[in-house]
Amino acid sequence: MNGFGVDSCERWWMVASGAILAAFFVAVVIGAFYGFALPGPEKRVDPGRVAVDPPFAEPAVLQRGPGRYDVYMRAQIWAFAPNEIRVPAGSTVTFYITSPDLQHGLLIERTNVNVMVLPGQVSKIAARFDEPGEYRFFCQEYCGLAHHAMFGRVVVEPRP
Amino acid sequence: MPEDRFALEEKLTAWHLGIALGALFLGTWFGPLQVLEHAGVDLYGVLAPGIQSYYQGLTLHGVLNALVFTTFFIVGFLTFTTVYSLKTSLRFPRLNAAGLWLMAGGLVLAAAPLLLNDATVLYTFYPPLKASALFYIGLTLVVVGSWVEGFGLYFTLGAWRAAHPGVRTPFIAFGSVLTMAMWQIASLGIAAEMLALLIPWSLGWVRGTDPLLARTLFWFTGHPIVYFWLLPAYVSWYGMLPRQAGGKVFSDPLARLAFWLFLVLSIPVGFHHQFADPGISPVWKAFHALLTYAVSFPSLLTAFTVIASLELGGRARGGTGLFGWVSKLPWRDPSFTAQALAIVTFALGGIGGIINASYNVDLIVHNTLWIVGHFHLTLATAVVLSFIGISYWLVPRLAGRELWSPRTALVQAWLWVAGMAPFSISHHLLGFRFGVPRRTMLGAAPYLAPEWNPLLVVAAIGGVLLWTSVVLYFIVILGTVLASRRVANPAEMPVAEAVRDVQETPAWLDAWRPWLIATVILIVLSYGWPLAELVRNAELSAPGMRVW
Ligand SMILES: [Cu+2]
Repeated sequence: MNGFGVDSCERWWMVASGAILAAFFVAVVIGAFYGFALPGPEKRVDPGRVAVDPPFAEPAVLQRGPGRYDVYMRAQIWAFAPNEIRVPAGSTVTFYITSPDLQHGLLIERTNVNVMVLPGQVSKIAARFDEPGEYRFFCQEYCGLAHHAMFGRVVVEPRP
Repeated sequence: MPEDRFALEEKLTAWHLGIALGALFLGTWFGPLQVLEHAGVDLYGVLAPGIQSYYQGLTLHGVLNALVFTTFFIVGFLTFTTVYSLKTSLRFPRLNAAGLWLMAGGLVLAAAPLLLNDATVLYTFYPPLKASALFYIGLTLVVVGSWVEGFGLYFTLGAWRAAHPGVRTPFIAFGSVLTMAMWQIASLGIAAEMLALLIPWSLGWVRGTDPLLARTLFWFTGHPIVYFWLLPAYVSWYGMLPRQAGGKVFSDPLARLAFWLFLVLSIPVGFHHQFADPGISPVWKAFHALLTYAVSFPSLLTAFTVIASLELGGRARGGTGLFGWVSKLPWRDPSFTAQALAIVTFALGGIGGIINASYNVDLIVHNTLWIVGHFHLTLATAVVLSFIGISYWLVPRLAGRELWSPRTALVQAWLWVAGMAPFSISHHLLGFRFGVPRRTMLGAAPYLAPEWNPLLVVAAIGGVLLWTSVVLYFIVILGTVLASRRVANPAEMPVAEAVRDVQETPAWLDAWRPWLIATVILIVLSYGWPLAELVRNAELSAPGMRVW
C-alpha cells in the first residue's frame, strides 16, 4: 500500500486516536480558563519561621468582604490549625496554607479543594460553599505515625 | 549444544528473577493486611514487634512490589530477551554480572533500614521524612547497577549491529534495549535527587532540604518509571504473544513507531503528578498535560496492533465472525491467558489514566483511593500479570523443567482478575465519590464515615482473593523449580514473525540518533526552564524528621 506499511484501518485508527486526544486537550484548556484554578507559585516561606512569623503564627479566618473569607492555615503533625472553620452559605473561601514540618495535603470533601502542602511553600486554593452543612477535610499525604488522625471541618451555616 | 550456548545469560536471568520473586512474595503479604485493616480487622498485632506499624508494612508493600520486584524482573528478563533475540552472547558478561552485584548489594543496604523500621517513608520517600542514609544509598546502587547492566546490553546490540550492517534489529531486542535506554535517561531525575539532596542531607552534611525540588526530581523519574515497567510487557505483547496465539505481528513498523514514541514522550510529562503542587506554574502543568495526552497515543496504537495480531492468531486457529476468533485463542495456556487478561485490564486502566492526566479534573481524585485503584489496574495487573504470564514459560525454561500444574496456573490468572475487579472498582469509587485519602490507616481514622464501609468491605474481599492468587502463583513456581519433570528441550522464547518482511520496515525506524536527539530536546523544552527556576530558588530549609 505504501512504503511505511500501514494498513488502511490502522490509519483510520491513528487519525481517530489523535482526534480524540486533541478534543480532550481542547476541553482541558477551556476548563482551565473557565473552571477551577490549579495552585501555582504563591510565596516562599522559611518553615522554621512559620510558627513564629505572621500571618501563619496565628492561624485565622479573616473576612475580606461580603461573603469573602481568607483562611491562613498551618498543616502540621498531626493537626490542621484552625481545624474548624465557620462561614455562612454562599461564601467564597480562599485558603493560604503551609507546613512547618513535613509534606501534608488538604482535601475537602465534596469540593474541588485538593492541594499539596509543602514546607517552604504557600499553597493557595479557593472554593465556594453554597450548601449549608459540614464539609470535612483530611490530610491526604502520609506524614507519619498518626497521619490518619489529621482532619478538620468547614461548617457552612445557613444564611440568616 | 545450542542449549548451553547462553548458560551464563540464563544464570544471570535466573538470579534476577529469584530476587524479584522473593521481593514480590514478601511484599504482597501486606496487601490483604491493609485492606482488612480498612474494613475493621486489624491483624498488625500478630506481626509485632517484627513489623511495627501499618505504615512500615505499607512501605514494604510499595518498595518491594513496585520498586524491587519490577526492577530485578525487568533487567533479568531483558537480558534474556536481548541475547535470545539477537542470537548472540553478551558482549561483556562480567559487566552485566557486576551490575547484578551492585543491584543486589544495594538491595541489602536498603533492606536493613526498611526491616528495622528506620525507613518508613513509603516508596515515594518524600522529604523531609528522613530515612536512614543506608536506604537512599541502597536504592541508588540498585539504580546504578541497572544502568551498568543496560550498558552491557548496549554493547551487545552495538556488536550485533556492527556485524549485521543494513539488517533490521530483531523487534524483541530492539524493544528490550530501548526500554533500558529510556530508563537510563528517565532515572537521571531520581539520581540527582539522591546525590544532590537526600544522601548528603541524611548523612548530616547539609542541614535541610527543599521538598518541592525533591518532588520535581522524583516525578521526573516517577512517571517514566511506569513505562519502564510497562514496556517489557509490551515487548511480550507485541513480540511474543502473537506467536503464542498462533498469529503474527500485524505491523512491525507501527510496533517500532510506538516504542520510539514511548522513548520520546515518556519523560517530559512528570508535572501531571504535581497538578496539586504549589510553586509550579499552571502553564507548565498544562504543557505536561498536553504531552501526557501525546504519550497515550502510542498506547492506543498498541491496543490496535496487539489486538489485530491476536485476531490473526484466532482466525488462523479457525475462528470466524466478528468476535468468534476470541474463543479460538489458546485460553488453556496460562502464559497466554494471564497476558490476555492483563491487556484487557490495561485498556480500563488507561481510560482512568486519561482522567488523572486531565489537568484540574485530577483534583477530584488526586491522592485519593482512586489512584490506588488505578495503579492496581495498570501496574499491579497489566504489568504484574503480564510478568506472571511471561514467567510461566521463562521459569520452566530456566529450570529445564515443565511448568508444574498448568491448570493451577490458569486458576491463578483468573483469580487475580476476580480479586482485582472488586478491589479496584471499590477503590475508584471511594476516591471519586467520597475523597477518601490514600496511604492512610483508615480503620483507625476518626473521620471514617459509615457510608464508606460497604465499599471498604468489598475492597477487603478483593484483596484476600488477590492474595490467594499470589499464593497459588508461588505454589506453581516452587512446584516448577523443585518438583516438576525435567525435560530435554525446555520451552523456547516465543518469537512472533511479522506479517510483512521486517526488512521492508523503513531504516528511520531502526536508527537511534534522531530519536535520542528528539528525546533530549523535548526534555529540555518541558523541564529546562521550570527546573532551572526551582534550582535557582532552592532553599535547603526543611530540616527533616523521623515521625514513625
Ligand atoms: Cu499530614
